[in-house]
Amino acid sequence: MTARFAGTDGYVATDDLSVAVNAAITLERPLLVKGEPGTGKTVLAREVAQSIGAPLIEWHIKSTTRAQQGLYEYDAVARLRDGQLGDARVHDIANYIVRGKLWDAFISPVRPVLLIDEIDKADIEFPNDLLLELDRMEFHVYETQERVTAANRPVVIITSNNEKDLPDAFLRRCFFHFIRFPDPDTMASIVEVHFPGLKQALLSAALGVFYEVREVPGLKKRPSTSELLDWIKLLLAEDVPPEVLRARDGRTAIPPLYGALLKNEQDVQAFERLAFINRRGQR
Amino acid sequence: MFIGFLFALKQAGLPVSLQEFLTLLGAVERNLAEFDVDHFYFLARATLVKDERHIDRFDRVFGEVFKGLERPAAEGEDPGDRLAELPEEWLRRLAERFLSEEEKAQVEALGGWDTLMETLRRRLAEQQGRHQGGSKWIGTAGTSPFGAYGYNPEGVRIGQDRSRHRRAVKVWDRREFRNFDDQIELGTRSMQLALRRLRRFARDGTAKELDLPGTIDGTARQGGWLDLHWRAERRNAINVLLFLDVGGSMDDHVQAVEELFSAARSAFKSLHAYYFHNCPYDGVWVDNRRRHTERVATLDLLHTHGPQTRAIFVGDAAMSPYEIAVPGGAVEEWNEEAGAVWLKRLADHFPRCVWLNPIRRDAWPYYRSIGMVAEILEGRMFPLSLDGIDHAVAALAR
Repeated sequence: MTARFAGTDGYVATDDLSVAVNAAITLERPLLVKGEPGTGKTVLAREVAQSIGAPLIEWHIKSTTRAQQGLYEYDAVARLRDGQLGDARVHDIANYIVRGKLWDAFISPVRPVLLIDEIDKADIEFPNDLLLELDRMEFHVYETQERVTAANRPVVIITSNNEKDLPDAFLRRCFFHFIRFPDPDTMASIVEVHFPGLKQALLSAALGVFYEVREVPGLKKRPSTSELLDWIKLLLAEDVPPEVLRARDGRTAIPPLYGALLKNEQDVQAFERLAFINRRGQR
Repeated sequence: MFIGFLFALKQAGLPVSLQEFLTLLGAVERNLAEFDVDHFYFLARATLVKDERHIDRFDRVFGEVFKGLERPAAEGEDPGDRLAELPEEWLRRLAERFLSEEEKAQVEALGGWDTLMETLRRRLAEQQGRHQGGSKWIGTAGTSPFGAYGYNPEGVRIGQDRSRHRRAVKVWDRREFRNFDDQIELGTRSMQLALRRLRRFARDGTAKELDLPGTIDGTARQGGWLDLHWRAERRNAINVLLFLDVGGSMDDHVQAVEELFSAARSAFKSLHAYYFHNCPYDGVWVDNRRRHTERVATLDLLHTHGPQTRAIFVGDAAMSPYEIAVPGGAVEEWNEEAGAVWLKRLADHFPRCVWLNPIRRDAWPYYRSIGMVAEILEGRMFPLSLDGIDHAVAALAR
């Protein structure tokens, strides 16, 4: 039986996430992960790789990335230059084939984890161009008439931020998991993993403030797990006592170091306005 | 095995394919479900659902089909026990945070807080009955006394207050994904594919792409010495002005318009969006919150954007005929010139313009104003459906 994933020392995986990851590992199909920004989509691949002891190959997608770049690229300009300079390498075209991330993953001696990060950034046809390659785990190199087949089918983890819808044919071939925003209990265990031994008082005070901020109506970008972890790091560095967080009267209606939680000028303004209204209401 | 489940999902309108179903069976065969209903549920969800908007519908079907699999304790349980668990205190707190003074007064008028809470409890009881409750809760914000005040007591938070092990309700019964469910018929993707046809590529900007034919030609002319040629990248050169009707009767169509807007935004590099109310007059605005203070003069738009620009109006064009035909007929401002004059001016300046209407085409004859607007635009009004967008794009591309 293959190695199983059930979270690691540095990552809290809920039951449904572990089931999805294990299904993807066992049945050798890609796992598509969606969710709010900052809930640990990209980190998941690293943790899976670490937990099953596999090397991680990361392919970060940009708006200009083409599917072909993941397979290989033919560096015609380098060959032309070598031809001009009379370099002996020029006679073998294979010298100018630059391997892509997918090729790297296919020829890896042990089964790797391949992360295709933010697939929705690329052109709308991008996922379609990878259908066959991800399904059969092989492709054809036209220049050298070579067929590259995966020695070990890699564990493929794909993340998406929902900027574009993905084609149905692509989705049919994947497992899907939507990382929900963690509930306070799960969140407490996530914080415990990152800051072991954090004082219970500070933790509950910080979580209280955090969920309160998240519920402020009309925020453009609600703070998520990674913002919370950054904020706790700052609170620890500044040595803010829990009482300051819990004292919700007058002057401290705005949580200390809120810059780590709210990343948007308009959100900060909206928050301050709300705090101001609260303050007036208390008088 | 599980064939009934597959057909129940199909019947609920979930896009499940045979391939995915076979994958699920394969996974069960490999013992990934570990003879545990919860794990089987997670596995089925990861295999069969590919969009978080569908998870809620999936949960409901799963609950109905696998009712027999529930743990026996649930049978002898009095539904009243579960109701007792509802912490009224924090429901009230939640509501108070979201209700303004005015709305609280309205709550009082409806029979007071306690009546409202009683209704809420009854609704929740029906909801846990799972069969009848569903439709009352979802998407009927207009009719439910809870939705009307803009807060959402049935939302995710109810499930979040406790850890799952202490709850009597099964995972899929918690239905935490219901907020994502919306029966969208036009996906953003299909809209993007339709809008793609409007692309016009042109080379513009700095030369940083190797011009291969030019290089070969240049090298040949130099007698074999390499002569590199560069050229600018191909870009979509089309300019689009999007005019969106907001407020009033358009509130019913917000979803469709948002879809169109997000599809258009990623399809075109140069897209400018402006808002108007019912009919464009001498000013439009960019930010709805500052509509009364920061306006853009329509004349400025005509002077800034050339006739090559494509103009897309999105609105239901359902208004009083006076708002189009008569000076001073606008509902929220004084307009010196009639809406028809401004529309005609825009249509003349942008020969490639269309009007997309979220109202279904067969209902158009019932509104006189729709006919008037369509006439000014020389018939270039299309329904805001996939087919309509296809036709509109064809009209714009000409």
